[in-house]
Amino acid sequence: MSSAPMLAVDSLSAWYGAARILYDLSFEVGRGEVVALMGRNGAGKSTTLKAVMGLLAQRQGKVRFNGDDISALKPFEIARRGLGFTPEDRRIFVDLTVMENLDIGRQAPRTFADGAPAPSWTPDKLFALFPNLAEMPNRLGNRMSGGEQQMLTVARTLMGNPLLVLLDEPSEGVAPLIVEQMASTIVELKKEGLSILLSEQNIHFARLVADRVYVLEKGQIHWQGSMTQLDNNPDVQRAYLTV
Amino acid sequence: MTLSAFLFQALNGLSTASGLFFIAVGLSLIFGVTRIINIAHGSLYMLGTYIAYSFATKIGGVLGFWGGILATALIVGAIGALIEIVLLRRIYRAPELFQLLATFALVLVINDATLWLWGPEDLLGPRAPGLGGAVEVLGRKLPTYDLFLIFVGPLVLVILHFALARTRFGRLIRAATQDREMVGALGVNQSILFTSVFALGALLAGLGGALQVAREPANLATDLVAIGDAFVVVVVGGMGSITGAYLAAVIIAEVKALCIGIGVVDFGFISVNFSKLTLVAEFLVMAVVLIARPYGLLGRAQATVRSIAEPEEPIRPATPMLKALAVTVLALLLCLPLLAQSSPYLLILGIDVLIAVIFATSLHFIMGPGGMHSFGHAAYFGLGAYGAALLVKWLGVPMGLALAAAPLVALAGALLFGWFAVRLSGVYLAMLTLAFAQIVWAAVFQWEGFTGGSNGVIGVWPPPPFDKSWVYFVLTLLLAVTGVLLLRRFLFAPFGYAMRAGRDSPLRAEAIGIDVKRVHWLGFAIAGGVCGVAGGLFAFAKGSISPETIGVGRSIDGLVMVLLGGIQTLTGPIVGASVFATLQDTVMRQTEYWRALLGAIILLLVLAFPQGIVGAFAAIWRKGKIEKSEGAS
Repeated sequence: MSSAPMLAVDSLSAWYGAARILYDLSFEVGRGEVVALMGRNGAGKSTTLKAVMGLLAQRQGKVRFNGDDISALKPFEIARRGLGFTPEDRRIFVDLTVMENLDIGRQAPRTFADGAPAPSWTPDKLFALFPNLAEMPNRLGNRMSGGEQQMLTVARTLMGNPLLVLLDEPSEGVAPLIVEQMASTIVELKKEGLSILLSEQNIHFARLVADRVYVLEKGQIHWQGSMTQLDNNPDVQRAYLTV
Repeated sequence: MTLSAFLFQALNGLSTASGLFFIAVGLSLIFGVTRIINIAHGSLYMLGTYIAYSFATKIGGVLGFWGGILATALIVGAIGALIEIVLLRRIYRAPELFQLLATFALVLVINDATLWLWGPEDLLGPRAPGLGGAVEVLGRKLPTYDLFLIFVGPLVLVILHFALARTRFGRLIRAATQDREMVGALGVNQSILFTSVFALGALLAGLGGALQVAREPANLATDLVAIGDAFVVVVVGGMGSITGAYLAAVIIAEVKALCIGIGVVDFGFISVNFSKLTLVAEFLVMAVVLIARPYGLLGRAQATVRSIAEPEEPIRPATPMLKALAVTVLALLLCLPLLAQSSPYLLILGIDVLIAVIFATSLHFIMGPGGMHSFGHAAYFGLGAYGAALLVKWLGVPMGLALAAAPLVALAGALLFGWFAVRLSGVYLAMLTLAFAQIVWAAVFQWEGFTGGSNGVIGVWPPPPFDKSWVYFVLTLLLAVTGVLLLRRFLFAPFGYAMRAGRDSPLRAEAIGIDVKRVHWLGFAIAGGVCGVAGGLFAFAKGSISPETIGVGRSIDGLVMVLLGGIQTLTGPIVGASVFATLQDTVMRQTEYWRALLGAIILLLVLAFPQGIVGAFAAIWRKGKIEKSEGAS
């Protein structure tokens, strides 16, 4: 990579109570790049994203984002620097409508470190990206299907006009049609200039969107390379991905 | 009672309901967002009345009264913000019960500060300028001010409703009530949100208190009465529902007003004085509502709170070192009668401490390993104490028999109350146990013919040789050791594992064949029974028992003891009870402002040792061990 990476993580470790979950992870996401963290259930993918977002109290290591050290910041400060987070269990606000959910995520437009404006979003623009949501602006969160909730989660994060989005298992637990839609959305976002770090178990989904891959097992990175390299490496797939 | 008198009482009830609503709605909002049950909310309400009184009398006139009420609301709101910033912000990550303890300490501090600033007399404010008269309703005179209060409650309800629905601040409150961590991850500064919500809740309480200034005198006992009522209202209405809070406030106020209005009714075979039922009526309503609708009238099952506190360490059997320590302490205690020959007070203190140890250990049994946060453990203490004392008074049974009966009476009560309580969890369980304790207290207080009412039962002295304090001390020590070891035995038996499994994951425990409710019910009953021993010993140690020794204050003392020692260890309640009982018997008696002193000590401990005394030492010990092992590897 020629320019400095958007996100550079250096020996990240994390604990739940006394149990250590992550062991000195180091990885990078370049500007405009889609990077997948892959691995089986329990490999530490979600924990990695949460640790980057500052959501785990017990963490160690250095995280640089958009040129700044964010290792010691609180989650809201990290979000305000343009790092978006969509959790795997969606966590939309079920007592709020679609529009109200979007409003909670709203932040001012921002620019990259070099001064270029970052993609900025309005509800209308998001409704164009997710036509399903456009049909139900006043629906309460608890009356939406899993797929609709998944879209709302992504849309809500985009309302913060992020520079990079942490996408936790976007393909999990939604209908195949929605999975495809998710994939094309990610490609769309990449075209807008967004960087994306996603966690994924499903290699078919990753193949549709990812440029590069880090493979995790038991909280450690065991392999890294381009998506094409992973595709041509059945050994790695068998060892760390297939169930 | 005539129909018009009935309706008039109902109107009276509505004006009281507004006051209840103001404090309850603030409590509910604060709990929703911060997950802190602010016990000091009643104190903020009380402060409102006092500050408004000062404005109304010092400045006077229309400005002093009406302007004073608004200024009071703002001042109390600012005090709330200060409390949040200085204290609560530091303990959001602490276990829930620690937060309770901290806000309870505030109750003590604020009460003494009020005593210091305004003195002990009740202070009645002037009549409201412009609303000093009365209107004739149903042939009776209703003060215009009461009429005004009837409308203020619903007005504020409507304003709040729209603010929550239509403003970004309202949306943020609703979102954070569901998932505050996610709100933070979306870039919202939680600190500012939490402070504003706390300030808003305090402002509402201050407003409610200030509005009472022309109706009721400012009184130092208001804080606990108000918080008790507000808890009931919030729980009956449903946590987090502001409409529910108003509805519940009306129901509770009406039931109370009607009880007073009905007065004595002669049913032919028995005559019941309903006005005496006011103390217990609201708790009866709450018990009924909680049993029928476990989340309150308009509440919903709470989404599982994402716990931000550290997961609890498993409890471990005593290490050889701890066992050696226990034996040493026991040996020292056995020597105490010899050491105490020059100062007999030492033995009295020893007995008090040992009774506190039984009380706290039994409470810890259900709070810690059972995960059931009882706010009414005094009920079983009271049942034991009164059970023993009344047997002596009415049947003249010997002490041994009375002491044996004490745990049985408490066990019976715990079996009955526990059956209902284990059907609930969290705050709702805490409130229901509080309700049961209030019912026991009110029954004892009101049933003069049987229990001696407010005078209690006197002359319950132990017979020789137990009338010598060293003999009674040894007896207490024996029973305390037996009680503690018995509870420990339960915890390390399969029954104890099942109880903890049910606490940590009710679903998984059920799935492996544990009847969680039944196990928790039995645990509740066992704890109640052991607590009854403490009650029985207490009655004979003091020679008497009276309602105030089994009131809500004792339940709270128990909570303080358990939390002081640390809920996550088994030695915690023992250490906590010893420290607390010793402080209470020594330092507290030295000063008029003992409440503030106790409060300050608690606050200091909460901020310095968020895991309790024993927990803090255990953490330091573990940390040392980890560092040693990491250094070696």
